[in-house]
Amino acid sequence: MIIVLAILFPFLIAACIPFIYRSFTKLHLGWFVLAVPVTLFIFLTTYIPQIAKGQTFQHTVEWIPTFNINFTTYLDGLSMIFALLITGVGSLVILYSIFYLSKKESLQHFYCYLLLFMGAMLGVVLSDNLMVLYAFWELTSVSSFLLIAFWHHRKASRAGARKSMTITVTGGIAMLAGFLMLYAMTGTFSVREILDSLGGLQDHALFVPAMCLVLLGAFTKSAQFPFHIWLPDAMEAPTPVSAYLHSATMVKAGIYLVARMTPVFGGHEVWFWAVSLAGLITLFWGSFNAVKQYDLKGLLAYSTVSQLGLIMCLMGLGAAALHLGYSKESVIYTQATFAALFHLINHSTFKGALFMMVGIVDHEVGTRDIRRLGGLMAMMPFTFTIAVIGSASMAGLPPFNGFLSKEMFFTATLRIMELDIFSLETFGLLFPIVAWVASVFTFIYSTILVVRTFLGKVKPERLEKPPHEAPIGMLISPFILVGFVIGIFFFPNVLAKNILQPAMASVYPAFPSAAELTPKISAWHGILAPELWMTIAIIIVGLALYKTLPKWRPIYRIIPENYTLNALYERFIGMSESYSGRITNTYMNGKLSYYFFYIYIGFVTLAAGYFIWSGTFSWTPTTDSPIEYYELILVIVMIFTAVSILFTKGRITSVLLNGVLGYGVALSFVIFRAPDLALTQLVVESVTTALFLITFKFLPELKPERTSGAAKFSKALVSIAVGATITFIGLTAINYDKFLAISRYFEDAYELAGGQNIVNTILGDFRAFDTMLEVVVLFIAGLGVYSLIKLKAKKGDADVEN
Amino acid sequence: MESLMMLLIGVLVAVATYLVLSRTFIRVILGTAILSHAVHLLILTMGGLKKGDVPLLNQSNGPYTDALPQALILTAIVISFAVTAFVLVLAYRVYKTNGTDDFDKLGGSSDE
Repeated sequence: MIIVLAILFPFLIAACIPFIYRSFTKLHLGWFVLAVPVTLFIFLTTYIPQIAKGQTFQHTVEWIPTFNINFTTYLDGLSMIFALLITGVGSLVILYSIFYLSKKESLQHFYCYLLLFMGAMLGVVLSDNLMVLYAFWELTSVSSFLLIAFWHHRKASRAGARKSMTITVTGGIAMLAGFLMLYAMTGTFSVREILDSLGGLQDHALFVPAMCLVLLGAFTKSAQFPFHIWLPDAMEAPTPVSAYLHSATMVKAGIYLVARMTPVFGGHEVWFWAVSLAGLITLFWGSFNAVKQYDLKGLLAYSTVSQLGLIMCLMGLGAAALHLGYSKESVIYTQATFAALFHLINHSTFKGALFMMVGIVDHEVGTRDIRRLGGLMAMMPFTFTIAVIGSASMAGLPPFNGFLSKEMFFTATLRIMELDIFSLETFGLLFPIVAWVASVFTFIYSTILVVRTFLGKVKPERLEKPPHEAPIGMLISPFILVGFVIGIFFFPNVLAKNILQPAMASVYPAFPSAAELTPKISAWHGILAPELWMTIAIIIVGLALYKTLPKWRPIYRIIPENYTLNALYERFIGMSESYSGRITNTYMNGKLSYYFFYIYIGFVTLAAGYFIWSGTFSWTPTTDSPIEYYELILVIVMIFTAVSILFTKGRITSVLLNGVLGYGVALSFVIFRAPDLALTQLVVESVTTALFLITFKFLPELKPERTSGAAKFSKALVSIAVGATITFIGLTAINYDKFLAISRYFEDAYELAGGQNIVNTILGDFRAFDTMLEVVVLFIAGLGVYSLIKLKAKKGDADVEN
Repeated sequence: MESLMMLLIGVLVAVATYLVLSRTFIRVILGTAILSHAVHLLILTMGGLKKGDVPLLNQSNGPYTDALPQALILTAIVISFAVTAFVLVLAYRVYKTNGTDDFDKLGGSSDE
């Protein structure tokens, strides 16, 4: 129960922000908001010992039980990692933002969106029900959209927000379809229950489609190739947001989903190749493109893409163990997943620190362009320290945590070559090679990050402000993160045992012992370990390539500007907008009669079409009541009147003819034993005719409509079709006897309501409430009439809109 | 009789539809008025015609004509009157504001 409250807590505070903002104007709003993630973080840490022992916590609040949608929270090792990241990094980011954003910004919006995101993200990782997870998932997209567009006066911010929204929500909808397929296969939305009913699921026809759709959701969210293009554009957001959403938490939601779904789909070959290859390509492409960036945040964005690819790739490799099933030998392949989770945490620490570092540089110097930066080391020694440690960890150098997980990544890629499933004997070599190449690029851009910003000559004339060290408050958060970067290197097994081990149990629930899945992390594997030599080679080749960068930079121009993924995306969006606009404009032409045509044709097609298709039409004239000759005359007169309205020229004539029709209807009421109706109809018809005649004073003469013969013909055709449809439905309905008439009930009117006139008792007694509402309608119409007559355009308003 | 009435209703609906598809205010409003006539008759006819006496308990001992359609129609007559009145005034207001009684010239602005 308390975990449900933990999810709702940020939402509650978000709702209170306007009041807090107005009551405490002196203090920066961030100090209040900071309390939320800190409280949640401390609260979550109290669960760590129990989770480490293998316990899980589940709680259900029934929401829509008829559709199997319940608000079920589930806290296990995997959720724990993410929840700790969300609240932990969240606390640091909010602390940082207090110094980053001045009080002049619209802080109430910023923190409201941020809390919205935090709650949604906690909801994603703590929900067991797939539908609830989906709802929170989309909410993270929405809050990300709002945060990217925080400086919405800038065009690039709006464009970036739109792009990220389009791509992630498209993926989200695909994922929803995947979830629905899972529901169709297993009959439940609960991940726990799906895991229990796995047997035989792999052979289901929907298994692979569901898997692909779910992966689409994960890949778009986690910026995997070719969907990564939204992430660099999302860097238009304020830096705290980039550090939080677009490197530490939201983009990892896709990883979370893959990890969560690994026990469901993991054993399948498609899963293995899709996840590991998408990750591998993203890893390479991200690191390759990061090198060419001039904007520090752009560089970090591509670097994030690349690192997400690395984690994704490891998740894919780890799934091989599920295919093999549990055995002493297969356990070794689970280490890829272990490395993925380990790197996930490491990445959040060093990348968070680096983003904050770039934010500091931007804040204090006024630019993030590496062509204008340089030599800041002397002026900003603390920031420089953060940059060196973060970059070294990112490049995979000791003694930082990135080194450990990168070594484990190499180990995993080398091991996967030994497998002979999934045609790995042919393609297995791909993994270590691409991994190594990508790591070389990672080394290069990490070097660029430090050297181009902090070393070399200062170019004060190209900076916006004179450089100086950041205030202490901005340095606290990145220094805490950097502390983790070093701390985890020296004590990795504390983390492994308490946090990673229970998460491994969540990813491999079928494997008996989580302790067996947890390798002992060590920095030294012996002088002959191939991983060590791979790292050494990276440093040598990386340094050489860095020195020669200007020479090989032209390879980035091989892909012409028009054919980059971004250009293709822009063209696709632009074209679909213009085409859909053109299609819509052809039929939404602003002419009322056309719209009526669509409605009528739709009505005839559906109603008459169904009648013909189902063969329900029946006509039994034998049950008809007899026709008297005066009735026949009345009907003929009415038909004649109605048709002649079409051919009249003057408006007075047509209105009088309409009056004739009305009185004809009143006469038929008399014939058909409805005296009340006849009376009412007579009165109403007289008043209506008078009303028409009064308005004619203010309306222009009726002009003959200039329409072509073809238009008249099609109008006539549609009208006759509509009339015929009504006649046929009516004829069929008269003899419909599947239901008993309910009117007998009202014939006891005298006993029930004390009235002799049945129609009156229905209106005034049985259905009195309806009659009252009818009066309300009359009243509203009267108000409308009154105000339309009295209404005068205000002075200064244009008479005509636009 | 019912079949004959259905024929009349069909004709009324067809005429109303033709008028509604016109471009001038008056014709469209007339169309809606005729359409409500048609619908009132339709409801009445579907309940069965001349199957009994007037639904007044003190006038006859039954069987009575179905009173429910009559109650519905009574409501419908009043509502359609209200709607007609409102639409007429709306037409007056639109004509006064825009200076035209042609729907095709009221298609919104081109920059929408």
